[in-house]
Amino acid sequence: MSMRGGPARRPGGPMGGGPMGMGMGASDEKAQDFRGSLRRFGARLRPERWIVSLVVLLGTASVFLAVLGPKLLGNATNIIFEGVVSTMIPAGVTQQQAEAALRAQGQNSQADLLASMTVSPGAGVDFTQLSRVLALVIVVYVASSVLSWAQNYLMAGVTNRTMYRLREEVDLKLGRLPLRYFDSSSRGDVLSRVTNDIDNISMTLQQTMTQLITSVLTIIGVLGMMIWISPLLAVISLLTVPLSFWITMMIAKRSQPHFIAQWKWTGTLNGHVEESFTGQELVKVFGHRRASLAEFDVANDRVYESSFKAQFISGIIQPAMMVVANLNYVAIAVIGGMRVASGSMSLGDVQAFIQYSRQFTMPITQVAGVANLLQSGVASVERVFELLDEPEEEPDADPALRPDRVDGRISFDDVSFRYVEDVPLIEDFTLHAAPGEIVAIVGPTGAGKTTLVNLLMRFYDVDAGRIVIDGVSTMDMRRDDVRRCFGMVLQDTWLFEGTIRDNIAYGAEDASEERIEAAARAARVDHFVRTLPDGYDTVLTEGGANISAGERQLLTIARAFLADPAVLILDEATSSVDTRTEVLIQQAMAELRSGRTAFVIAHRLSTIRNADTIIVLEHGRIVEQGNHDALMEARGAYYRLYQSQFEEPEEAA
Amino acid sequence: MKDLLVAYLRPHWRILAGISLLLLIQAIGNLVLPTLMADIINNGVVTGDTGYILQIGGLMLLMSVLVGVAAVVTVYFSARTAMRFGRDVRSDLFRRVEDFSLAQMHRFTVPSLITRNTNDVQQLQMLIVIGLTMMVLAPITAIGGIIMAIRTDVQLSALLLVVVPLMLIAIGIMVGRAVPLFRSMQVKIDKVNGVLRENLAGIRVIRAFVRTAHEERRFAEANAELTAVSLRVTRLFALIFPTLMLIMNGALIATIWLGAGFISDGSMPIGNLFAFQSYIMQILFSVMMAVMTMMMVPRAAASAERIQAVLETEPEIDDPEQAVTPVGIGRIELRDVSFRYPGAEEAILQGISCTFEPGKTTAIVGGTGSGKSTLVNLLPRLLDVTAGGVYIDDVDIRDMRLDDLWTQFGIVPQRAFLFGGTIATNVRFGRPDATEDQVWDALDVAQAREFVDTLAEGLEAPVDQGGVNFSGGQRQRLAIARCIVRDPLIYLFDDSFSALDYTTDARLRAALARRTEDRTVVIVAQRVSTIMNADKIIVLDAGRIVGTGTHDELVETCEAYREIVASQAQLEGSR
Repeated sequence: MSMRGGPARRPGGPMGGGPMGMGMGASDEKAQDFRGSLRRFGARLRPERWIVSLVVLLGTASVFLAVLGPKLLGNATNIIFEGVVSTMIPAGVTQQQAEAALRAQGQNSQADLLASMTVSPGAGVDFTQLSRVLALVIVVYVASSVLSWAQNYLMAGVTNRTMYRLREEVDLKLGRLPLRYFDSSSRGDVLSRVTNDIDNISMTLQQTMTQLITSVLTIIGVLGMMIWISPLLAVISLLTVPLSFWITMMIAKRSQPHFIAQWKWTGTLNGHVEESFTGQELVKVFGHRRASLAEFDVANDRVYESSFKAQFISGIIQPAMMVVANLNYVAIAVIGGMRVASGSMSLGDVQAFIQYSRQFTMPITQVAGVANLLQSGVASVERVFELLDEPEEEPDADPALRPDRVDGRISFDDVSFRYVEDVPLIEDFTLHAAPGEIVAIVGPTGAGKTTLVNLLMRFYDVDAGRIVIDGVSTMDMRRDDVRRCFGMVLQDTWLFEGTIRDNIAYGAEDASEERIEAAARAARVDHFVRTLPDGYDTVLTEGGANISAGERQLLTIARAFLADPAVLILDEATSSVDTRTEVLIQQAMAELRSGRTAFVIAHRLSTIRNADTIIVLEHGRIVEQGNHDALMEARGAYYRLYQSQFEEPEEAA
Repeated sequence: MKDLLVAYLRPHWRILAGISLLLLIQAIGNLVLPTLMADIINNGVVTGDTGYILQIGGLMLLMSVLVGVAAVVTVYFSARTAMRFGRDVRSDLFRRVEDFSLAQMHRFTVPSLITRNTNDVQQLQMLIVIGLTMMVLAPITAIGGIIMAIRTDVQLSALLLVVVPLMLIAIGIMVGRAVPLFRSMQVKIDKVNGVLRENLAGIRVIRAFVRTAHEERRFAEANAELTAVSLRVTRLFALIFPTLMLIMNGALIATIWLGAGFISDGSMPIGNLFAFQSYIMQILFSVMMAVMTMMMVPRAAASAERIQAVLETEPEIDDPEQAVTPVGIGRIELRDVSFRYPGAEEAILQGISCTFEPGKTTAIVGGTGSGKSTLVNLLPRLLDVTAGGVYIDDVDIRDMRLDDLWTQFGIVPQRAFLFGGTIATNVRFGRPDATEDQVWDALDVAQAREFVDTLAEGLEAPVDQGGVNFSGGQRQRLAIARCIVRDPLIYLFDDSFSALDYTTDARLRAALARRTEDRTVVIVAQRVSTIMNADKIIVLDAGRIVGTGTHDELVETCEAYREIVASQAQLEGSR
């Protein structure tokens, strides 16, 4: 009785979910090790094992009572039927006499029917007994419903707490994973694991757990009752089970390829729509309108064909099941009717049996549906476990050291590092930066200027050699302490959803209002903030999209001012910021630099010339190192870089 | 929603009528079955007539198969109709949006248009599939069930007056509580996912500022909030099923209790008790199904509204009735052009008159929001002027067929967008029949050969949708190559060099200059170095031209330009 739309939301799909999340085979992702992963996930329920046991107990009791109901109602029917028959026998005639009279008239089957009952002739329906039976049934059903509610209620707690813990575990895991993991896997994929997959698991868990328990118990209970009432009819009903399964399987197998085609083409179609709309002006001006429409029509037709077939074929299951159920109903009616007529079965039992056989098909289809849902859920579980199994960062040194005072004296001693084992990047690199010195890192676009930042901040660990901050090797320090020495202003400004004030105070949690505003003034962004209607309380949306790129950069500079680190890592902007804002950024950065050791990823020569050390990178490797004059004299890579930049105006038309 | 459904389903009215008929057959079949069952008991079992039992049994069998066949045929046609509906709506939406102007795209926003063409259509499609079966079948069955119940026994039918409203009230209360909870849960899920998204995007900053613990607290908070709401939802659901079961079972018990009285006084045969029980079950089930499917309606109606909004928007820009063929020289002239976005208070461009000459490079500079991009978008009619006119070789561009107009242009938009495919397909987007040499040549000019060479697959290297697997600078160079390979009459570069470092920028422009000697080149840029060698520079400020001339002239005469240069010089320091 789920109201929550179609199951099997497709994790990582182009638009979160394809069309018609209903029907068989909607789980397009299959688990690799279904049992193993299921067992491993089951272990997560261990803290709840007492409650789960109680849930199973309550469920058993509830199902037992629910299953008892029809049988008791059957008794009520028998009482009524006996009452009806009793009125046919004139008062004063005993049951045996009436029976004998019928046989004498040659109505043997009626006599058999009478023989199977206990009637007091002429008495009519025994309402006292009937009311007693019905009162009992009411109690049974109410109790069953209450128990069922209690079971679901407790289970709701179990599933929600389990999901809470899983989410928490994943989030904590993200905090312990090395940067290497995030750099080497696509952000979309990680995001999809921690959001879509977890949502999918949560949905699966909520929809399957109680259903599975109740369905399985109901099947067992109902089957037991059916056998008890009439083994013959039970066998007939049981025959329909493999028939139902077989039909379901056959149809599902046939619809599966169409569902797969549907997912595939829906993905293609959505991708094309996304692309055509995003690049609409290109499609128009470059004259691709017709081609784009043709491509759309092909995908659209394929989606139509495959989804129609998938929907139709899987849609046969329900009518087919209904036919099977009706066949069963007819068989019970006919055979049961004949058995009642012959007196070998009571009418109430036939009625009870019909109710049982109805209750029998529903949990079976439910179990089939749950199995399907589970496939997709376990596939998500596996993807989340993969993330949880990723190797974590090496633990921090224990006991950890700390420089007595951080002045910003940084040295690289014979540092070697490579991202990939057989691609050497940095070999035996040595550099000394005294407090207040500027180290500029230059090189063409994509030369790997961030590698040095990664090593300095211990986002990555060096393979050999060491990086020393004021006399202490970073490897001997806690990572957090290393990072506290630095302030970072990157081109890729990151602001979180929150007020401007909180964003500036990100580096210093308990900063006073005055200090925050002072930092904003130093970063030349105070004036801008004050022009906003809400000032420092302006809420930035995710990614900070509601203010311009330049202003975002200024805010991150303010953040660095407030954190007041001994060493700075600055990445100068090249992105399209209008020139007036850019001047502000440059001024703010210059002020921020003064008195601190600074590593500057430079794009402009002005910074480079005054730098104490210039590191020239090419293809991720350090190719030169020295100050401006020395490097110009060497006539190497730096010289060429410098020349190309200054010759440019003459060459361009 | 009604209009949309009517418009797109009307062509299928015969099929819809057929489906209704089939559903009627199903409903009748399902209702007759219990009557036959009652007959078996009343006339067969009680009298011990085995032949009669078998005869009616055969009839029931026939009935079941008939109902089954009808159901399969229904599924066939309803699935086909719903999917056709989806296909046709998608197709019309797509065609409509492809004709939208840039202003119309902005108004709806691209992500929203994408959602309308995908998810919103799916919502409606789903409603139709279910609607064509459940929403027709349920009322027919319910009404038929009531009729049959009354026919079976009028007195006993009075029970329905109690049970059905009880069911409706119970479902109504629970749905009423569930809907706001669902909404709130979606908000909480979005929040949890939002925090995670932020944490992934800002992982370097978070670790640099040693704020992992803080972020974990933030996540824990969102997680706890989500869990609290989710718990309330699941607990509400824990109540729904037992309640509904209790109502149904209660109805059965009441039927037997009341029925016993009527049977006892001889006003009802005992077999009818069975039939009546079946009817009451069918009625209650139908009511339940109808209410559940009705829950889909508001969501689908919202989707329909969004779709209709698009379909009802006429494209602003269309071919003229009598088209003039372009001359093909490429001299563009703006005559007193103004542009204002619909609904905007102020015009973004006002009284602009200027020319762009073939064989010359014309640059447009100005601060953020000065109207540079808008101006560039007016030239190929991605936007239509709100006053004045744009002329190419003295022909108003509104008098040209759009395809004729566009063949003259090559554009590199501000956001260097690449299509999913390979490097080759992206470059050839500019010119589908370009030879491999021409593709390489374009990459050469765009300074992209170097990095394409380093890719193992070269030209066949895959490009993800949007070009996200390439850096900003690489994307820009590929977008430029795409324009160059087209060799158009008029080049439009909208801030297309911003992600390139100075060296690459300089080399690219030098190579480009040789290539575009007799072409009209329009460049929008922020950097003075990018444009200072242009033949003509147009300075925009707040939607008006405040200066026109060469770099040297403007430095002399134009205050706004001097400001821009001064700020740049400050940046360049040594220059």
